[in-house]
Amino acid sequence: MDELLLRTLVPRVIGVLVRRGADFASAEDAVQDALVEAVRSWPAEPPRDPQAWLITAAWRKYLDAVRAAAARRRREDTVDTEPAPGPVASTDDTLQLYFLCTNPALSAASSIALTLRAVGGLTTRQIAEAYLVPESTMAQRISRAKKTISDVPLDTVGEIATVVRVLYLVFNEGYSGELDLAAEAIRLTRQLAAAVDHPEVAGLLALMLLHHARRPARIAADGRLVTLADQDRSRWDTALIAEGVQILQGALARDRLGEFQAQAAIAALHADAADVRETDWVQIVGWYDELIRIVDSPIARLNRAVAVGEADGARAGLAALAQLDPALPRWTAVSAYLHERDGARAKAAELYAEAARRASSALERDHLVRQAARLNAQP
Amino acid sequence: MAKYLFLKHYRGAPAGVNDVPMDQWTQDEISAHLQYMDDFADRLRATGEFVDGQALSPEGAFVRYDGEGRPPITDGPFAETKDLIAGWMAIDVDSWDRAVELAGELSAAPGAGGKPIHEWLGVRPFLTAPPTVTE
Repeated sequence: MDELLLRTLVPRVIGVLVRRGADFASAEDAVQDALVEAVRSWPAEPPRDPQAWLITAAWRKYLDAVRAAAARRRREDTVDTEPAPGPVASTDDTLQLYFLCTNPALSAASSIALTLRAVGGLTTRQIAEAYLVPESTMAQRISRAKKTISDVPLDTVGEIATVVRVLYLVFNEGYSGELDLAAEAIRLTRQLAAAVDHPEVAGLLALMLLHHARRPARIAADGRLVTLADQDRSRWDTALIAEGVQILQGALARDRLGEFQAQAAIAALHADAADVRETDWVQIVGWYDELIRIVDSPIARLNRAVAVGEADGARAGLAALAQLDPALPRWTAVSAYLHERDGARAKAAELYAEAARRASSALERDHLVRQAARLNAQP
Repeated sequence: MAKYLFLKHYRGAPAGVNDVPMDQWTQDEISAHLQYMDDFADRLRATGEFVDGQALSPEGAFVRYDGEGRPPITDGPFAETKDLIAGWMAIDVDSWDRAVELAGELSAAPGAGGKPIHEWLGVRPFLTAPPTVTE
């Protein structure tokens, strides 16, 4: 029973149902019902053609739902107009589904939920568990999202930038429990990259692969955060790094630079160094400058200040930091780090403690408290 | 999306504007208050922003380890405490601003005289897992 194959088929099957005249919301529900049946019956009776099986089952579920819900008259009309279930057109509607699920009328949270279900083939329960909310809450988000886009035809072309943004958000959620959202985001981005030729899609895929490659080294066995400098680089996944770099090079060669390609380039430079001291910080600063030219975000400027601190020394880093708003998330943590590098240990300890109080994640807070304690313990 | 905790107090929050103890309200005023809170939770369920919520009894105690082989010490019921939580609700919303907006709405629950209590609610962000992409 290949659950991954099953999930991969979901957007295609939804596409077929919609092409046959089902509305998106009903098609999506029908496919979910068919999936449940597949999980139940495939282990005993594996189908010869999984996609055809799913289409048939989902179409039957759709008709059942229409028959059950609609008035007698409407039901008969629908059955009358049912097209012959002949050969399935080879058009893949997957790309259109991405656009639909990330329609700008939806909030980010709704886009994420709908994409994971309609394109990713995940169940509402799986998505709810990943986001640590009750299943009923996630079901509401999905059903509201479907209502919001009920008038949008499937062939509406949307912004690829919006799709890419949503996949990036899914990836950034990391993972919790059984479902690995980072791996799921990579799977969906691979699928998108296969459906559309766009340098930013490739850039995002490269970025995800490069970060994913370092994941085994980011968290220690006891659950502590391990900073980039202290990571055991032998634990980085070299195959993923090689793949990410190759995809990135292909994208950069197209000469249409975007924010994800720039971020991936920075990640690639980190991945390329056998040791933190060998990192090409000068080039990294250059890429941050590119990134800021594309999207001038305060976070990018903060990260740039860290890179400047490595490339040109702590004083230069602190000078770059002084240009930025101290209210920025992680500003204090960066300041603490640069002060320590500059030899101001007492000041750094104080700043680490303050940064710990302002941290938004438990892992980061624990890390920063340890940094403060480490400096306070030494004379 | 980020999760926040709303805390309602029996004791410890600054006094509400319409600060009349609940046992001096009329039956109808109590019903209206409880109904308002239920409706509020239902609305958040419908918007996909509800996580969980419970009311807490004022009863209970502090409990403390008292050394190897000895039973834990209990102290209570909360005689000395300044802060006594009456109940909580966890929400999952897009922003801090949305959390504040909702807390403001919950604080407008009707009390004595059918007028809003204007009670103070504690609003606390959850500490979560860090994002995957940090550098």
